[in-house]
Amino acid sequence: MTEISDYRRQEDAIDVNAPRQPVVLGEGIEQELLTINFGPHHPATHGVLRLLVHLEGEVVRDLKPIIGYVHTGIEKTAEDKSYWKVVPIVERMDYLAYYFNAMAYCGAVETLVGVEVPKRAQYLRVMHLELNRIMSHLVWLGTSALDLGAISMFWYCFRERETILDLFEMSSGQRMHTRYIQVGGVIEDIPPGFAERVRAFCEVMPDRIDSYRDLLEKNEIVLQRLRNVGALGQDELLALGVTGPLLRSAGHPWDLRKAMPYSSYEDFEFMIPVGTLGDNYDRFFVRIAEMYESVKIIEQCLEGLPEGPYITEDRKVALPPRWELATSMEALIHHFKLVTEGFRVPPGEAYYPIESPRGELGCFVRSDGSSKPARVHMRDPSFVNLQATAPMVKDLYIADMIATLAALDPILGGIDR
Amino acid sequence: MPDATGLELLAAELREQQADAVRDTEHFRGKAALHVDPAAIRGTLLFLREKGFEFLASVHGLDYYPEEPRLGVQYELLSMANLDRITVKLRVPTDAARVESVTPDWPTADHQEREVFDMFGVVFDGHPDLRRILMPEDYEGFPQRRDFPIGGEPILFTKDEAFGRDYTA
Repeated sequence: MTEISDYRRQEDAIDVNAPRQPVVLGEGIEQELLTINFGPHHPATHGVLRLLVHLEGEVVRDLKPIIGYVHTGIEKTAEDKSYWKVVPIVERMDYLAYYFNAMAYCGAVETLVGVEVPKRAQYLRVMHLELNRIMSHLVWLGTSALDLGAISMFWYCFRERETILDLFEMSSGQRMHTRYIQVGGVIEDIPPGFAERVRAFCEVMPDRIDSYRDLLEKNEIVLQRLRNVGALGQDELLALGVTGPLLRSAGHPWDLRKAMPYSSYEDFEFMIPVGTLGDNYDRFFVRIAEMYESVKIIEQCLEGLPEGPYITEDRKVALPPRWELATSMEALIHHFKLVTEGFRVPPGEAYYPIESPRGELGCFVRSDGSSKPARVHMRDPSFVNLQATAPMVKDLYIADMIATLAALDPILGGIDR
Repeated sequence: MPDATGLELLAAELREQQADAVRDTEHFRGKAALHVDPAAIRGTLLFLREKGFEFLASVHGLDYYPEEPRLGVQYELLSMANLDRITVKLRVPTDAARVESVTPDWPTADHQEREVFDMFGVVFDGHPDLRRILMPEDYEGFPQRRDFPIGGEPILFTKDEAFGRDYTA
């Protein structure tokens, strides 16, 4: 147990309150630094995030995020479940991007098994991923505008979010944590009438985004709050491992959907919105622009949806269809084996990165040859991006810190896992 | 992904710089990986940075129980210019779980190394602020290790608290 006592010594040696960034007080100003505790229960932290903020008057001089308040040991739980039962658990990490969590995990397992995903399943996945991206951005936009004092944005954004959740309910039976994406494909084909409703949604959505943009872009108060606030350059962002809309708003056009396409993203035409300065204004409008692009991708999915199976025909990993159980002994045996033991995965390690609404979401899976994963690790973008908070908000007013934190879009379920 | 030949060339060049840095190379499902000596990790990552792998995407901790050496740390590197990924893997035993920190070179490793320390007990020498990150500060043990039981947590029930009973026993 030497390590534990080492840890104790180390813990005693560290002053949690010591500022990490050098604090320079203004010349001739006799001000004391005030350390305040912000959160974990505070509506503006977008979850259970605690910040230790060093203030000089109203100006933030240093900040330290303290996390772990909603750590639920999902990665540990996953080691105790068979592969297909892990899907609903990992979905609960980043609770606004559940399709993405499932996609990253299933992608990693598919890489290990070496199973081919049918084209139709890939398109259905993309369609739901993009719907989910819009949904996630809507929640972000609504709550972030709320932090700036614009309460009506919240109602408008949640109205469209409801439409998307209704679509999710129609295709999978669940509004959140849908367990739609499976190893080898998706759980079910889309029901009759679904395509029409998605098409209707795609028709109204661009107009709705226009009106959100107008509400913000033509609002003097919002512009003054966002412009030239919290800017951070590309190099710093890259060094801190920041990806996603935050990196793109600083002008770096890095998007895994384009750079390293997965799940047939190479079939679709879309653009990558980028900003110039990387301030909060860019962060807002890059995400708003991304919603238009997602609508375009969804429309192309509907247009070009290929015929064929929605899940792999490989009975060793995917359940046989219900009707086959009544006629085929082998199907019944495989169904029984899959439901009780699950499928075995050849030993190996795989890392599967995808572009989530917040950046690179990578799932690492190690298999030891049994029917349960030996390690599941999520590289959650929020967890990594959170490190950029301190340099972003340095020397800003405390009210701008709230706006910057909102523009960062951290999801604590994903950070703490 | 560097193909099998490219990977061998990288490994050979690395061996030239540091004789026993690379222990093994691996090419699995189209993904290249270098198994390196724990002492050589910082140099290896800097070498790969020179080769274009400028973005440290992720740091994973692993427990290979019951294999020895048990603990593993893996670094996912990404080259945005060449659209390439490579994994650097190392293994350390539990009784000497020390690895040099790469946080001074890659600030992004800060949180991720803290997570590996928190969950597996790998100590990163030279890390500026190595504390637990997800588990409580006073937590004992490393919960992601394979021999750490699920459900073995002592739980404080309010009824026991009211009677002043010790719940940790």
